[in-house]
Amino acid sequence: MCSNDVAVDIGGMPILLRTQDAAFRALLEKRYAGFVRPAAEPVFAFDVDVVRPARAVSKEEELRVWSEDGLWRLERGDFRAQWDPRVGRGKILQSVSPYAIDSVLRIVHTLIQAPEGGFLLHGASAIRNGRAFLFSGISGAGKTTISRLAPADSVLLTDEISYVRRQGERYCACGTPFAGELARLGENAVAPIARLYFLAKGPENRIEPIETADALRMLLRNILFFADDADLVKMVFRSACEFLGRVPASRLTFYPDERVWDLIQ
Amino acid sequence: MSAECMAETYIARSSAIAARMLGGEMMIMSALDSTFFTLNEVATVIWQAADGHTPLSTIIESRVCPEFEVEADEAQRDAEQFVTELAQRGILLVSDKPIQETKPGMAEA
Repeated sequence: MCSNDVAVDIGGMPILLRTQDAAFRALLEKRYAGFVRPAAEPVFAFDVDVVRPARAVSKEEELRVWSEDGLWRLERGDFRAQWDPRVGRGKILQSVSPYAIDSVLRIVHTLIQAPEGGFLLHGASAIRNGRAFLFSGISGAGKTTISRLAPADSVLLTDEISYVRRQGERYCACGTPFAGELARLGENAVAPIARLYFLAKGPENRIEPIETADALRMLLRNILFFADDADLVKMVFRSACEFLGRVPASRLTFYPDERVWDLIQ
Repeated sequence: MSAECMAETYIARSSAIAARMLGGEMMIMSALDSTFFTLNEVATVIWQAADGHTPLSTIIESRVCPEFEVEADEAQRDAEQFVTELAQRGILLVSDKPIQETKPGMAEA
């Protein structure tokens, strides 16, 4: 590893970012503090070229992710990347904005996890009593609120993007540096998932059962998914079904004060 | 036109879908546009029997009528409507001739 290389370890999947730009390296170390592991053996590596001053590097205004000759290609106005999963190497050309590298990492992790049965989920997650709880929902459902209300004996993994890994017959939640409105990095910790809650705000706290079809529909709606690729759609569908076959899911309606956490043990 | 003169209808599951039985319900997702469907019990039986070479009328006579105690005519009408809807969404293939088998593993159970 060279002096400007940074290994960012999210979900136990260290990704090496090689850059010649010392200022960008400093930005990475600050943005992913707690997830930078100098000694980690990377599973994938990217050469990152940063364009200064910030300008568009792709004509694609909307994010586009596609597979071509075994290579994944990722493009949006502020970045252009390609990644060969067979050899674990890739290249990123991006504007200096940290949002570009954030997006690339999220996409790459979804692609890494898809064949493994894992996924990234729009949702907060936290560890309590050694077990992880996921709180999924669309914007405004209460992800940041429930994270802000988390008691001192809990470990907040994220208020925005949860990382779900399959490990044999069980699933684990891992911390992520992908923060939402709380603007706080999650803890780089991992624990087996005890339950998935679909969030809604309401006048009182209650946990209700949810029909499997509804749970699957909501889970699929909240799994991060970027690629226009039929095989990947099938993998994500399969992962969601298998997850719901092993992890109980409920609807959690909560009034936004700390008493909601009395229900989450 | 009498039933005897009507051509047979053959149905097969598209390879561009993912499907799974979960919690007693058949869940289907189109790999083309990620739309999501759940099938009721009758539709699930027809879906599972859609092998491309068993005529729809046979599926109705041998599976739907005995399992759900419905008259053949009524079941046929409902099945045709269901088949048309799923065909329009690209998740069932419909033909008046037997349909070649879809690739193994594509339309998973």
